[in-house]
Amino acid sequence: MPVLRGWKRWLPWLVVVALALILPAVLPPFRLNLLGRFLSLGIVALGIDLIWGFTGLLSLGQGIFFALGGYGLGMYLQLRSLAPGELPEFFGLYGVKTLPAFWQPFNSPLFTMLAIWVIPALVAGVLGYLVFRNRIKGVYFSILTQAALLVFFNFFNGQQKLINGTNGLKTDTARIFGDLVGSAAMQRNLFWLTVVLVIACWLLCRWLTRGRFGDALIAIRDDEPRLRFTGYNPTAYKTIVFALAGAMAGVSGALYTVQSGIVSPQFMAVPFSIEMVIWVAVGGRGTLIGAVLGAVLINYAKSLVSEALPETWLFIQGGLFLLVVTALPDGLVGWWTAGGPQQILALMGSTPVAPTYPQLDLDPGVLAEKEQLRSVGSQPGGAE
Amino acid sequence: MTRSTTSSGSSGATPLLELRGVSVSFDGFWALNDLNLSLSPGDLRAVIGPNGAGKTTFLDVITGKVKPTKGEVLFHGRSLVGRAEHKIARLGIGRKFQTPRVYQNLTTRRNLELAVSSRSGPFELLFGRLDAEARDRVQHLLGVVGLERHAGQKAGGLSHGQKQWLEIAMLVAQDPQLLLVDEPVAGLTDEETERTADLLRELSGDHTVLVIEHDMEFVRDLQSPVTVLHEGHVLCEGSMDQVQSDPRVIEVYLGSETEGEFN
Repeated sequence: MPVLRGWKRWLPWLVVVALALILPAVLPPFRLNLLGRFLSLGIVALGIDLIWGFTGLLSLGQGIFFALGGYGLGMYLQLRSLAPGELPEFFGLYGVKTLPAFWQPFNSPLFTMLAIWVIPALVAGVLGYLVFRNRIKGVYFSILTQAALLVFFNFFNGQQKLINGTNGLKTDTARIFGDLVGSAAMQRNLFWLTVVLVIACWLLCRWLTRGRFGDALIAIRDDEPRLRFTGYNPTAYKTIVFALAGAMAGVSGALYTVQSGIVSPQFMAVPFSIEMVIWVAVGGRGTLIGAVLGAVLINYAKSLVSEALPETWLFIQGGLFLLVVTALPDGLVGWWTAGGPQQILALMGSTPVAPTYPQLDLDPGVLAEKEQLRSVGSQPGGAE
Repeated sequence: MTRSTTSSGSSGATPLLELRGVSVSFDGFWALNDLNLSLSPGDLRAVIGPNGAGKTTFLDVITGKVKPTKGEVLFHGRSLVGRAEHKIARLGIGRKFQTPRVYQNLTTRRNLELAVSSRSGPFELLFGRLDAEARDRVQHLLGVVGLERHAGQKAGGLSHGQKQWLEIAMLVAQDPQLLLVDEPVAGLTDEETERTADLLRELSGDHTVLVIEHDMEFVRDLQSPVTVLHEGHVLCEGSMDQVQSDPRVIEVYLGSETEGEFN
């Protein structure tokens, strides 16, 4: 890994901060809101990168935790805009007279702030522990998570009297600090909050994956039985990262909810959870930053294409996924770091830059060898 | 001189490892059949046997991968049957696999660091740092197996022989009392084979080492007692010379080979 010194090291951060300050001034509110939503999806993608890219657990059920986070915040915002003694409007439609007990704690903002990530983490932790303890892995794990997703989806869809079923909970008419959640000013604040939380989650993931803990995760991905015989218990590691990915999905879902104005069981739709995996695959597994980039880029592309040619997006998305699986197994970021751009330049006739260190290029021995190779190559009859 | 079953704990000391009447059935096929074997602390033991003699299953039973259908496996007199693999490893039993299994995407040094940390839990790995003593051990082991220059390189890029040695180093880094080594010289050059034999002989003083091997030259180099497995049980035990002159061993090895030729 190259050691970056001084300003070079801080340059990416400067760019991020500058963008976060400039974009709200430049982009129209609609575009800014879209960007905020897509960035919040970057957080669930980070979690998927942690469990899939590093640990090898392909979960197709992250929508569960995403929606749980969204519902937590949605319930709080529903209660917030009520006069004392009032019930959220939809309860009247189903003849519910008293607030269901599990709604009560969501009167508290503090509880809600915790519930957004602790509840998804607990659900993921328990589900994960049971699955991992029984050594269910690979494709069986993926199928199981998808089945769990369907169970949650159907349950939430059917519970009109508890959480308004298919219709979901609207959030943009609630007020925080006197402002409507859906107002432009509030959306700008939420954009900044999202930027801060994406960075925080990225730092958390980087810390988790850099040291020996991260090495253990990679070892689980690459050769789990071997790690067992070394004295490690993979179940503990997998449960921890799956719970953390669940927590991140919850935060992501809450941020996405307040920026889209509604949380509904559609957050647990099967295709949506598969799309999350595609973002990570396209951005680059095991790269962290690739997960965020993949989520933002694909969703932006989706919204642009859908505005122009609504019918074609699914084909483009499928094509992208095929392209990544066949040609770019490490995603865009993996392709970039492996010198992909130079290869393209070389194909287009530009002189390729030697991918070595400058010291090596100046080494007399290496220079002599290069000269020799060149003279051999230029002789008629080639290297014979 | 040769016994079909042994209880060489007769010297009085409790054996480090003892297998009593271990049998393993895979859907009616008996991979191990009433296997008895015992190792004292500090022993170096070679286990040989024709293909299908049950050598790898034998290791699987000790390390907890396969549960014996019948019989007992005792380590320091405590039963290992039914314990999870990682718990058995933490008791002090390390295993090297037939094909070198190193973590390809980690550097050589990080492979070893993971092995020295094998007694730490996930939170120690997250919040704790590798202490100076452990770092020294990693450095020392890199030197022992001659991989200092490759310390920062991904293990996937090492040669076959280097991977074999890295795995042996990882095994030692784990600091087990009992080392189970499955075909350590498969695919190595003669020189590498000799060095591996030296390495294992050196280890056997402080550790108990059990080596499974096909290569007869290598087993002779080890200068250790030899146990011959056949059809899941111990055919005979003794020095290499004794074993090689045993008519049953000759029959098992040559007999199966002639059959092979006619097939």
